[in-house]
Amino acid sequence: MDVQTPQLHFKEQPIDPDFGDFRVKSRDFASYFFTGLTGLATWLIVALLAVILANVVYHGWGTLSWRFISSDSSEDMFDATRAGVLPMIVGTSARVILMTLFVLPIGVITAIYLTEYARSTWMITRIIRGAVNNLAGVPSIVFGLFGAGFFIYFVGRGIDSVFYSEVEGGVWGKGGGLLWASLTLAVMTLPVVIVATEESLRAIPPGLREASLALGATKLQTIWKIVLPQALPGIMTGGILSVSRAAGEVAPILFTGAAYYMAGYPEGLRDKFMDLGYHVFALSTQSPNIEMTRPILYATVLVLLILTFTLNLVAILIRARIRRQMRSMH
Amino acid sequence: MTPADNNSNTPNDWAGVRRGQQRRPLEWLVEKGIFLVSLSAILMVFLIFLFVARESLPLVLGQVDARAARTSMTLDQIKALPTAELAKLLAMSESELATMQKAEPETVTLLIDAKFEEIVVAPTDKDANINPVAWRYLLRPHEWSGYAKPEYIWQPVSTIHKYNIIPLVVGSLKATLVALLFSVPLSLGAAIYVSQLAAPRTRELLKPAIEMLAGIPSVVLGFFALIVMASVLYPLYPDKSRLNAVVAGVALGFAIIPVVFSIAEDALTSVPRSYTQAALALGASKWQAAWKVVLPAAIPGVFAAVVLGFGRAIGETMIVLMASGNASIMSLDLFDSVRTITATIAAEMGEAVKGGDHYQMLFLLGTLLFAVTFISNLVADQVIHRLKAKMEGRA
Repeated sequence: MDVQTPQLHFKEQPIDPDFGDFRVKSRDFASYFFTGLTGLATWLIVALLAVILANVVYHGWGTLSWRFISSDSSEDMFDATRAGVLPMIVGTSARVILMTLFVLPIGVITAIYLTEYARSTWMITRIIRGAVNNLAGVPSIVFGLFGAGFFIYFVGRGIDSVFYSEVEGGVWGKGGGLLWASLTLAVMTLPVVIVATEESLRAIPPGLREASLALGATKLQTIWKIVLPQALPGIMTGGILSVSRAAGEVAPILFTGAAYYMAGYPEGLRDKFMDLGYHVFALSTQSPNIEMTRPILYATVLVLLILTFTLNLVAILIRARIRRQMRSMH
Repeated sequence: MTPADNNSNTPNDWAGVRRGQQRRPLEWLVEKGIFLVSLSAILMVFLIFLFVARESLPLVLGQVDARAARTSMTLDQIKALPTAELAKLLAMSESELATMQKAEPETVTLLIDAKFEEIVVAPTDKDANINPVAWRYLLRPHEWSGYAKPEYIWQPVSTIHKYNIIPLVVGSLKATLVALLFSVPLSLGAAIYVSQLAAPRTRELLKPAIEMLAGIPSVVLGFFALIVMASVLYPLYPDKSRLNAVVAGVALGFAIIPVVFSIAEDALTSVPRSYTQAALALGASKWQAAWKVVLPAAIPGVFAAVVLGFGRAIGETMIVLMASGNASIMSLDLFDSVRTITATIAAEMGEAVKGGDHYQMLFLLGTLLFAVTFISNLVADQVIHRLKAKMEGRA
């Protein structure tokens, strides 16, 4: 205590120790120290991110070339001067584009129901929200098992037993394929689309809806002609985020369609496909000579990162615009 | 981040209000359709549980008999068995076998061949008549022949399939523990800093930067751990395994930092500004206000963040598959190789025969994972929901 207490003749008041701390010093050593410490934690995370990115860019940049991106690896998968990743880019793109066809309509409609129709006090609303949250937390490998157990063995074999019972080995249920992988990923990314769309729907001023209703439009007309066009950027964000999430996921497609190696490209919905993320996994764990494949590995990772980060960046920019819009509204 | 956070404050107010024109019949139909589609999320959660659990159901119910030794039979005798007995021998249900015989007869032939070989090389010692998928052998140690003491062993490809899940559970928990120890202090510190202490401009920069980490695919983190981190860290423990729970756990930590950070940050931000302002007006520093006022108020949210981080870490696959070494050793040493539940499913699903005991065992592990993450999600969800309601009520 640096404050001299005057010698007075009354009993000292008991002071609440916590409260005392508050009052006396507004800038003490501990505050500086812990502010610095938490700041350090924050910058450490950013630094870790930077290290990972820098490492990949540094080692991968040399191998990355137009030839690497635009040729296939039918000659030699493990030779840096001849291997290419075009089949993987095609496969990954095909499965995520197909996925958006399934996930966008369902996700957007669910979000419309949740924002425009459901009341938050309703039991069913809470259950739907709980299910969406839950879906977001289901491990990706469980989606893989689900894709195999439901889409391939139940739906696929079901189709086979009804329509193709004479075909030996089955048609749809014979194993993984583009369609089944895309459907599995669509189930997985459903929450991403719902959450993003909902956010953008909520950012639309209620006044717009009321104006439309006041002019005599029905609720559905209002949603279709006023709300949805306004929410389009947000829906796009949701789509992009789900694509970027799905593009990097490997576990759900392990059993539902990814191929370690195949000559040529998938030609139909039932064909297996090569995949960027799976290729990274295969190259780093099953390569006969890790030193030799390292350049290809790094370049493949770089391609995958460029793909997902570009998508993320676009989504973040659109989202920031929506949030600004929302703030200026309130 | 979580949809449940959106409460009824804004556009919902017009939800049940009848304004505008009377609905037309077609619109009524469309609106019912919208409602039905919105149920798909519930349907999916239900289907996931149903179809993952379904594949493992015979095993859970104790209907599977995976004994190594059987009555001696020749290959022709097996092939001549009636469907019911053959199904029992192959550890499948009768209808499953019938579908398989129709859809892929060559698989059935392969299964029969494999079974025959098992019979030929079946051991005759004391373990020969053990049914290894009985719960007792899944959960408790057993002294297998050739071992000196009762042990927990996961060894699905051997003459006697050993399916003790305890080493896998311990492996998952070890990697998850390291991940939490590494990521929770970092992300909580960052959440406090970003939400309470940083200048607004720094915050605008830092938040998206940390969220960018979520954009790195887990297979890339696994690759980084395997190729770079393992080599950098290895000199620190030269007499241990190169790939172990620590390497995998730290990489796993990278993956859950954005999860823990954004939920905790969200919870801290949801504490009304008036709390901080009151503390500052009483002479507290920003740190004191954050630490003694805001953090205690938001503590349920922080708890939820950690629970969700746990759920995410225990369910993460590619990182542990690539960087944990994948040896199912029963030990508590963090520097030993570990094999996690997720990695086991990912690695062994390819070689497991559909409908066989190994296959069912892997789906049982999947069901277990689903249950664990389901519960942790539910808990976190409830906690966040209550916290938000409380904060909004008081604000």
